[in-house]
Amino acid sequence: MNTQSNAGPDSLLDSRAIPPAAVSPTRPLYWSVRRELWENRSIYVAPLAIAAVYLLSFAISVIWLPNNMREVWMPHTMREMAALKVTDSLVGLAMPYTHAAMLIGLIAFLVGIFYSLEALHGERRDRSILFWKSLPVSDLTTVLSKAAIPLVVLPLIVFAVTVVLQQIMRLLSIAVLVMNGGGAATLWNRLPLAEMELVTLYGTAVIVLWHAPIYCWFLLVSGWARRAVFLWAVVPWLAIAAMENIAFHTSFLGSMLYGRLSGFTEAAFDLTDKNGVAIDPHFIPLEQLAPGRFLSSPSLWVGLIFAGVCFAAAVRLRRYREPL
Amino acid sequence: MTVIEARGLRKAFGKTIALDDVNLRVDEGRILGLIGPNGAGKSTALNAILGLTEYQGELRVLGRDPWDERDQLMRDVCFIADVAVLPRWMRVSQALDYVGGVHPRFDRAKAEGFLAKTDIKRTSKIRELSKGMVTQLHVALVMAIDARLLVLDEPTIGLDILYRKQFYDSLLNDYFDRTRTIVVTTHQVEDVQHVLTDLMFINRGRIVLDCSMEEFESRYLEVAMHPERLAAARALKPIHERQVLGRSILLFDRVDRGQLAALGDVRAPSIADLFVALMGNQTGEAQGAAR
Repeated sequence: MNTQSNAGPDSLLDSRAIPPAAVSPTRPLYWSVRRELWENRSIYVAPLAIAAVYLLSFAISVIWLPNNMREVWMPHTMREMAALKVTDSLVGLAMPYTHAAMLIGLIAFLVGIFYSLEALHGERRDRSILFWKSLPVSDLTTVLSKAAIPLVVLPLIVFAVTVVLQQIMRLLSIAVLVMNGGGAATLWNRLPLAEMELVTLYGTAVIVLWHAPIYCWFLLVSGWARRAVFLWAVVPWLAIAAMENIAFHTSFLGSMLYGRLSGFTEAAFDLTDKNGVAIDPHFIPLEQLAPGRFLSSPSLWVGLIFAGVCFAAAVRLRRYREPL
Repeated sequence: MTVIEARGLRKAFGKTIALDDVNLRVDEGRILGLIGPNGAGKSTALNAILGLTEYQGELRVLGRDPWDERDQLMRDVCFIADVAVLPRWMRVSQALDYVGGVHPRFDRAKAEGFLAKTDIKRTSKIRELSKGMVTQLHVALVMAIDARLLVLDEPTIGLDILYRKQFYDSLLNDYFDRTRTIVVTTHQVEDVQHVLTDLMFINRGRIVLDCSMEEFESRYLEVAMHPERLAAARALKPIHERQVLGRSILLFDRVDRGQLAALGDVRAPSIADLFVALMGNQTGEAQGAAR
């Protein structure tokens, strides 16, 4: 740290002659993100807790695994084997792993929503904004650190926790199968976990880009509203959608809002295979990812522009904000 | 060197005028007390200086425009708004880590040194500390920052007399060093009378008095009158007259001490007495600052 620890008054005076220590611009950002994690431990506690609960349930369920493996992967007759489609059994194997990823993603989404609603409101409510503003941290850095939680930190946590959880699940399954005399090698060979993890990585990135306008809008409202942040963030949209529906018997806004929540699956994945057959979303092979289509989707870019506008407005607004 | 310079500073909230054409100048090494009744515009003035509120007119703090350059200004300026603003969820060690992380002029060892003299535990959350301890922590953080300007807005509100005394003692002994500048607003004027080098009264957005403490001491004298001399004393145009235990106390501005000594017992007025005199004459309602 600083070298002035034993400084008397003389050396204090000397230090003034030294130009202010150069601070890299990322240092306040780094510390501001850490600050957010100190204040909101649910950012990592919630995904970890749900992963632990899921793992426990899975551990209990693997009791049935040896039996299932025999049924699926070791058909006794050729006829039975012919009757089984490989993808079906693959889906059966992959399902708990996919569910794990989806559940952690959902929890992270909820954490991100509640975090964003609170982010610029809490500091005004408890007056600590005056303390934060007494430090050499710009409004841009502060809002950036808060936006980084749902947009960067949570997705990384989702991916990391999912990968670790899935690996533990597979190890556990293999251990049970080894003890029960069969199927371990089949599971190891057949469960395409590496491929699934790539899909999880892609999916996490897709979802966060798709949801970015939601988080940034909530962040803006949390900096603007004096109270009832959630209502201010949500009710106007619902009211306009209802008005549109009553006045014009159309539901453009309604379907747009719905699409903003869940439309990423259609935009980013090809959910029919090359024969035009719908694929089961519990196991999406790599070749069904459609990054080109996703990146050229106007909805994505409209959403990102909206997110950018909300972000800029939130930065601007924070300058004027005082304790409530 | 001029630390704060304001010309024609104006700020209105709707129809309420909080600052009305304020001109002020604070030089390096001064301790300025900004005294005024509630709603006089003190906090608005400080907020403008700190870049927390927009204003009209010209304002320079350490050569910078505070509204546009708040984050850079805060490398050289510290402020304590009042005791309640440290985030309650934070741990003491986290507060040290964070300020050390974002502030290039923070000396952690110095802050630890201040904290060592208190009962504050590093692992405590701020919500677990008493009001006085929160102030001690805030002061430890601020005093460990090698800032050029320290702004204190009601720093001791709600604190008992021991903490208040300790606060100003350490401000003078451990912090102030003639190259720093301090601006303080407070209602507890008796606490700061012997701390200040300069005094400024503000009322209804305007500066009513702006003088150094030397000037204050030489200009203003208070006389506890001998009753029979009252008429003669009144002829010298006192700026204020009050009754204490049946005795008239008259306050004079720029009247020769020798002349007054003949009329009664002369003494230096307190800031509170002068405040009541000036504000009372101005508005007839000046309870705010004089306690």
